[in-house]
Amino acid sequence: MSNKKMITLTIDSKPVTVEEGTTILEAARKINIDIPTLCFLKDINEVGNCRMCLVEIEGVKGYKASCVYPAEDGMVVRTNTKDLIDTKRTILQLILSAHEKKCLTCVRNTNCRLQDLAKKFQIDELEFEGELPKADLDDSSECIVRNTAKCILCKRCVNVCKHVQGVAAISTINRGFKSKIGPALDVGMRNSTCVGCGQCVIHCPVGALTEKSNVKELKEMLNNKDKVVIIQTAPAVRATIGEEFGMPIGTLATNKMVTALKALGFDKVFDTDLGADVTIMEEATEFIDRLKNNRNLPMITSCSSGWITFAEKFYPELLNHLSSTKSPMEILGTLIKTYYAKTQGIDPKNIYSVALMPCSAKKAEIIRDELKLEGNIQAVDNVVTTREMARLLKEANIDLSLLDESEFDNPLGLATGAGHIFGTTGGVMEAVLRSVSYLLDKTELKNVEFKAVRGTKGIKEAKIEIQGKTHYIAVSQGLANASKILDDIKNNKSKYSFIEIMTCPGGCINGGGQPLVSDFKASKIDYKDLRAKALYKADKNSKYRCSHQNPQVKELYEKFLGKPNSKKAHELLHTHYNKQDTYVIEDK
Amino acid sequence: MKLIDKLDEIKKEYSKKLQKSRIMVCCGTGCTSSKSDLLLKNIQDELKKLDIKNVTAEKTGCFGFCAKGPIVVIDPKETFYEQVSPDDAKEIVEAFLKGTEVERLLPKEKDEYVKKWHELNFYNKQSRIALQNCGKINPEKIEEYIAVDGYLAIYKVLQMTPDEVIKQITDSGLRGRGGAGFPTGKKWLFAKNSKSDKKYVCCNADEGDPGAFMDRSILEGDPHSVIEAMMIAGYAIGSNQGYIYVRAEYPIAVKRLSIAIEQAKKLGLLGKKIFDTDFSFNLELRLGAGAFVCGEETALMNSIEGKRGEPRPRPPFPAVKGLFEKPTILNNVETYANVPKIILKGADWFNKIGTKTSKGTKVFALGGNITNVGLVEVPMGVTLKEIVEDIGGGIPKGKRFKAAQTGGPSGGCIPKEHFDTPIDYESLQSIGSMMGSGGLIVMDEDKCMVNLAKFFLEFTVDESCGKCPPCRIGTKRMLEILTRITEGKGKDGDIEKLENLAQNIKNASLCGLGQTAPNPVLSTLKYFRDEYEAHIYEKRCPAGECKSLTQVKIDPEKCKQCGVCARNCPVSAIEGEVRKGPFKINQDKCIKCGVCITKCPFKVISKV
Repeated sequence: MSNKKMITLTIDSKPVTVEEGTTILEAARKINIDIPTLCFLKDINEVGNCRMCLVEIEGVKGYKASCVYPAEDGMVVRTNTKDLIDTKRTILQLILSAHEKKCLTCVRNTNCRLQDLAKKFQIDELEFEGELPKADLDDSSECIVRNTAKCILCKRCVNVCKHVQGVAAISTINRGFKSKIGPALDVGMRNSTCVGCGQCVIHCPVGALTEKSNVKELKEMLNNKDKVVIIQTAPAVRATIGEEFGMPIGTLATNKMVTALKALGFDKVFDTDLGADVTIMEEATEFIDRLKNNRNLPMITSCSSGWITFAEKFYPELLNHLSSTKSPMEILGTLIKTYYAKTQGIDPKNIYSVALMPCSAKKAEIIRDELKLEGNIQAVDNVVTTREMARLLKEANIDLSLLDESEFDNPLGLATGAGHIFGTTGGVMEAVLRSVSYLLDKTELKNVEFKAVRGTKGIKEAKIEIQGKTHYIAVSQGLANASKILDDIKNNKSKYSFIEIMTCPGGCINGGGQPLVSDFKASKIDYKDLRAKALYKADKNSKYRCSHQNPQVKELYEKFLGKPNSKKAHELLHTHYNKQDTYVIEDK
Repeated sequence: MKLIDKLDEIKKEYSKKLQKSRIMVCCGTGCTSSKSDLLLKNIQDELKKLDIKNVTAEKTGCFGFCAKGPIVVIDPKETFYEQVSPDDAKEIVEAFLKGTEVERLLPKEKDEYVKKWHELNFYNKQSRIALQNCGKINPEKIEEYIAVDGYLAIYKVLQMTPDEVIKQITDSGLRGRGGAGFPTGKKWLFAKNSKSDKKYVCCNADEGDPGAFMDRSILEGDPHSVIEAMMIAGYAIGSNQGYIYVRAEYPIAVKRLSIAIEQAKKLGLLGKKIFDTDFSFNLELRLGAGAFVCGEETALMNSIEGKRGEPRPRPPFPAVKGLFEKPTILNNVETYANVPKIILKGADWFNKIGTKTSKGTKVFALGGNITNVGLVEVPMGVTLKEIVEDIGGGIPKGKRFKAAQTGGPSGGCIPKEHFDTPIDYESLQSIGSMMGSGGLIVMDEDKCMVNLAKFFLEFTVDESCGKCPPCRIGTKRMLEILTRITEGKGKDGDIEKLENLAQNIKNASLCGLGQTAPNPVLSTLKYFRDEYEAHIYEKRCPAGECKSLTQVKIDPEKCKQCGVCARNCPVSAIEGEVRKGPFKINQDKCIKCGVCITKCPFKVISKV
């Protein structure tokens, strides 16, 4: 029980009691009065920009933005007087007058906050015409496309990028009607500090920020008889893709998803989670090696590709702390074009390797020179996000929710519970901890669940014993949190031996490629927690809980790689990192 | 030596100097741009050449009579010279030595030369409190400020309790001079009552209203008065750090403030343990980059913090959570300039000046179609008529007064019917205008009020920060409607659309800029609706200002066929041959500049 003072106010004649300091908007939501908002994002964008949440407060002059106005005891608030609704309708008309209204051809059609409000306010005719803001289409990034003609300047993207990710790649440029959101100096997203995480995309209420899509090429490949088209699916996608087909948040749709992908025409459906198990074998071995030699500690995980870019752009001096192990997606992609191609006798050049990811940053990862395979080919040729895949399936009349279940293909289709939980914050750390002692001295743990590294806290910390010695470990989510840990390493103040860093808050289950959740819904349910629970359920239901127990992984090492961190493993499954320059302005 | 004794010594020495013969040259921005700095140097050189030591030539702040600049005043006789050029230096010095005047440089009123500056009509209805020292002292010498009782007020304050100081300011009735007129004492009390380890005192010197320059003149002419007032405020609310947020476009003000702060630090007036008390105070300048919205208090604080100059929602109010999230007071330059005088002369003295609710004086920047352009400081309650006719010298060229705009882009127009309205906060508000920071733009009969509203809207559209849609998009749409009206493309329903937008923008905007942006449109609609209607329905601009709606025509009956008009037309739009029939204006080519109208010897060309 909080010891904060409780206050009672009346909203639309309904009394509501809340803690002192609560905003009027939150108080209203508590009694299910859905005051419209465009810019509000709890804890991230509480700025009062959009004016759609205005309310009338008895005794207070003018209308006030309820998202930032503190509720007071005895306050009388009205949210639905005729004048107020008329004013909001005018504001909405103004916003619409400065918005590129190509709704039918917009990727956010029927899933757009502005469209919702136009419907709510019964806009049946556009009242104002006039100049449109200058259209500025920026597709310089591999991950994100920015279209200022659709932007309503709510600044959710600006503040999520700045405060949650600490990246601050975009901000307001110019002023007044010429205002636009973009990287400083107009350099384009690619050249900015952007790490491609897509948190801006999932928080954009309209279609101003979208993932960069390459599904056209994928569709061509699915129709190309000379190509073997193989898809792998990331851990977090199985916990979210059902939402796109009306299934409740937190539904685990793994096997329906496999059926759907086969129906779409993929020749093989493999599981990135097996890649995750291999990652653990390599990374845990690497960690043990670094511990033994007291070299480049703390070691930091390397599977979140937004984090890799962040490290290369913001902390190049710490790159030697990153694990050299490739991400699960790249490991599986590599195995598809080497191990699998070899066993099946397929020329790797004829394989089109696709990854279904919860992530927009992965789109930039696949073209990295450091990850190219023999013959200068990419391990993964195309990354498709959860949202993009849902659109493809719908286009092909495939309703995932109604399908039967089927299994992943072999020999890269069996994963352990450790692999599944990679999709949520703390998962990689937990998976490593499950295998470290086995890799050291073949000890199998009795309890494989490490609850201290689970949950929604920004930075989680735990103590572990390895061969009688205590080590501190940390797990962080959201890059702004990562910065706190990284600054300590820079200043030689870090007590940690091993750190997991996930780019997105909540980890991949809340990645930039995941289904959108409205802020109103997010205020009612903890969607990240529900999605994470689905993965923990998958873990619990798994026959094998630890990566080193995976029979397909064992077979892979026996037949192909040798031992973890062997020469061959190093050649194929490890990589390196390089400093990336930002804001490089070329002379024209 | 104790600081107060040191001040006393300086005062004794310099007040003697101030009584001596001094040639004061205005070195404010206006006069400097007419080379008054060179004039000062020439006068100083002349004095040096003649080896005269008992007379000094000093730079000083603005005298206010900017239309007549550069201005030179010679004390103790108060001889007033106007429109002086650097070449006049020798003559001025020679006349001074002879005890005479340079007659051609003296101002004339009703064909009589006026020798003393206080005898000029422009000055004798004014009463200078905020501008008291402007033109009297050299703003770059702290000693001269001390000679006119400078820094005595802070000394006096340090013998009082903070509550006593705030009570004195409250009792004086001083209200904010920056726009809204919030009671200064009340503002200080709020901040004093906020508990915090750190508090800030800020000065808003981001004067942005088009045509307003009173704050600049105070900073240029009397920077120490603002510094002293901020120290007083600091003591009153419990703050030891001040920031002056000043426009970078005011280089002279910035320079003189920097000099003043340095001098005050050197003397120990700024710093630790001031006058051997526990009170410490530091002051820093922050330069604004020229965004009008940074004059809004929360945007100003964002800008000082190094953030984008955008307003923050209120609450929390700055007195609770302002600069760097600490309790903060922000007053504008003119408000501060009144404070040391109130402390020295008492609340009662100040309280007796002005009207019931508006105490003291107000400085106005008088501009537009008025004879005496310049700065005037008048007691609250004088009428617009007095300012325009008595001080301002009326409308030039025999034209008639049409309206005056107060409050700049946030204010409204006052038509002739309200000419006798006393100027104070409440009266101006009741007729749809506002005091604002003190811009007063006079318009004659040739001014189109739709075009005036459009001018101010252009300003606000340009200066909107872009944060909230009502202001960012709403003012833009209003401007588009006004533009089409002035171009003769107005439609039925446009007036109603403007009114609807105006009302909603006022109600829904985040900050004062947006909430007041529609005022120029609403007030011109209130008093000059017929002009809007003439534009829309008759496609006619009654004032003849809107070019698309105006034609210049030669009366063919009266044309003497002399061809003067055609020869003077800058775009060769007038066709005809001398003595071969009346001349005719090709309307497709004509740019309506009006040159032909003024050049026609027979006055047969007019706008229709």
